[in-house]
Amino acid sequence: MPLLEVKDLHVAFPKGKKGEVEALRGVDLVLEKGQRLGVVGESGAGKSMLAFAILNLIAEPGRVTQGSVTFDGNDLLGMSERQIRRIRGNRISMIFQDPMVTLNPVLSIGKQMIETLKAHRSISTREAHRLSVEKLNLVAIPSAESRMDAYPHELSGGLRQRVVIAIALLTDPELIIADEPTTALDVTIQAEIMSLILRLCRENDVALILITHDLGVVAEVTERIMIMYAGKCVETGRTRDIIDAPKHPYAVGLLKALPQNSAKGAKLYQIPGSMPPITNLPTGCPYHPRCERSTDECRASMPPLTQGVACFHPMHEQAETAQ
Amino acid sequence: MTESASSPIVETRGLEMRFNLPTHFLSREKPVLHALSGVDIKIEKGETFCVVGESGCGKTTLGRAIMGLLTPSSGEIYFEGQRIDTMDEAARKPVRADMQMVFQNPYASLNPRRNVYQTLAEPIRHLMPEKSSQDVRAQVEDVLDATGCDQSWQRKLPHEFSGGQRQRIAIARALVTNPAFIVADEPISALDVSIQAQILNLLNDLQDERGLTYMFITHDLSVVEHFGDRVAVMYLGQVMELASTEAIYRDPKHPYTQLLLDAIPSLEGGSFDAPREPGELPDPVNPPPGCPFAPRCPIVQEICRAERPRLRPVGDSGTLAACHLAE
Repeated sequence: MPLLEVKDLHVAFPKGKKGEVEALRGVDLVLEKGQRLGVVGESGAGKSMLAFAILNLIAEPGRVTQGSVTFDGNDLLGMSERQIRRIRGNRISMIFQDPMVTLNPVLSIGKQMIETLKAHRSISTREAHRLSVEKLNLVAIPSAESRMDAYPHELSGGLRQRVVIAIALLTDPELIIADEPTTALDVTIQAEIMSLILRLCRENDVALILITHDLGVVAEVTERIMIMYAGKCVETGRTRDIIDAPKHPYAVGLLKALPQNSAKGAKLYQIPGSMPPITNLPTGCPYHPRCERSTDECRASMPPLTQGVACFHPMHEQAETAQ
Repeated sequence: MTESASSPIVETRGLEMRFNLPTHFLSREKPVLHALSGVDIKIEKGETFCVVGESGCGKTTLGRAIMGLLTPSSGEIYFEGQRIDTMDEAARKPVRADMQMVFQNPYASLNPRRNVYQTLAEPIRHLMPEKSSQDVRAQVEDVLDATGCDQSWQRKLPHEFSGGQRQRIAIARALVTNPAFIVADEPISALDVSIQAQILNLLNDLQDERGLTYMFITHDLSVVEHFGDRVAVMYLGQVMELASTEAIYRDPKHPYTQLLLDAIPSLEGGSFDAPREPGELPDPVNPPPGCPFAPRCPIVQEICRAERPRLRPVGDSGTLAACHLAE
């Protein structure tokens, strides 16, 4: 049994008096125990929406209109708030983009950690304190014991994100969902934090869903990729396979457009146009207006996800190398 | 200084920028933040000069000081041989038309209540008051064409555009007075991946067509490698290494440059496997006495903690590095 299984997930928001727009339009996902998955896409593609939907955190007026989320055999979407709290923040932890927003500015680090632990475990404050220091040490925070009394504003951005990771690890989760965990940080700090997350996941057999727009980070950290576009998964598969030989024209374009994949001074490959807003999607494949391989078929109907690609005219490995 | 064929378009000499921080009510100390401490750079005509470094290194402060948006505490700034930091506003106006800036966030840099025409006409009206309204109109139309904007955008407001389109408008605004020099401060980092290539290509094309000189401020080294001619690596208000792009990537001399290069995630993977120690910028209010990078440096020696290294030639590729140990 997989650790997490998402089937045909749809999320919709009301628009106008009667209408609805779909932010997620049928997403499937299977994550095995200890597996690391990268969810890649541009802003508005539905990556964060997917994370929120998995955790049953879609706020009114949005709602899940269809589909299921199963975690270790439990149906998360059908659970009461009380039941899901045993899983969310406990067996599934979250790391968000901006540590300054995640942490409470008026509580010390120690207080926030102890509070989190006591919410999920019936243990003494002394024991919670000991476990918290242990986790701060695990994420390589210097002089962890004295940092327990520090407030978030007293720490640098990198250390703050380390504290957030320590909090996420407190309950020994089986799955961590990290939503752009390093986007607000500098490159050297990003490298530190991502290598830390990678090591912790490997050593403790923790599964990871890493949401990001950075293909380099995904290539470094994950084993599988899911590329999202306009609320749908357009390509999914092993990270190495997709980075080396992407099949969906959008994935091909994203990789080709990276400066490191272009000769110095040469014109960069560019995908024309921009992603359509979910309120105004074209018919058929949502990518067809920007796609150089599109045909009438693409304009008429949405290609199904077959063998990891949702495209009528996927690139093949041979075609890719011939170019 | 007289203008000659080899004179740089922009030059700073010993540029310092200090900000006085609020004094604590119980303390006599007057804390001072050193945002720039002695920056000497020369930007040659027609080149793309990249300034890289992490947040807080002073790269944006340097760009703003050159543009005259901040007044330096000491030091000199020259533009085409004229000293500009001491000019009064009237004398500076024609210079301002010659140097323009593109900001990071096109959602914040465009006035939401002005339509595109008003936004683009403003710099001409202000900096070139002699232009007739026909000239203004013609110039706006030209620049819209040059930057790939549609003429129908003129009467539209910023909220009607996507991020990439807004950044095109911001670039058009910077170009409308026909400047020779543009400071672009992280012009693509707020944009989506598929849009970044569009904007980089546009900047490249404009440089070819108009012979522009760019000062490109960024934290993204993969962009620098593709786009830059020369690079200044900054740390805590100082230039740590100054070299051609090619030399920086082939043979970085400063340990900080090496650290930055090692931090780039690679599509091949594998470079995040080794654990990394937490590092952070020293406090810019109380910088360490020697090399500012010494607390993080893997090859630090006694001398680094005592004496601040000066930029000096290292190796034979023309690289300058501020490191006692580089060779």
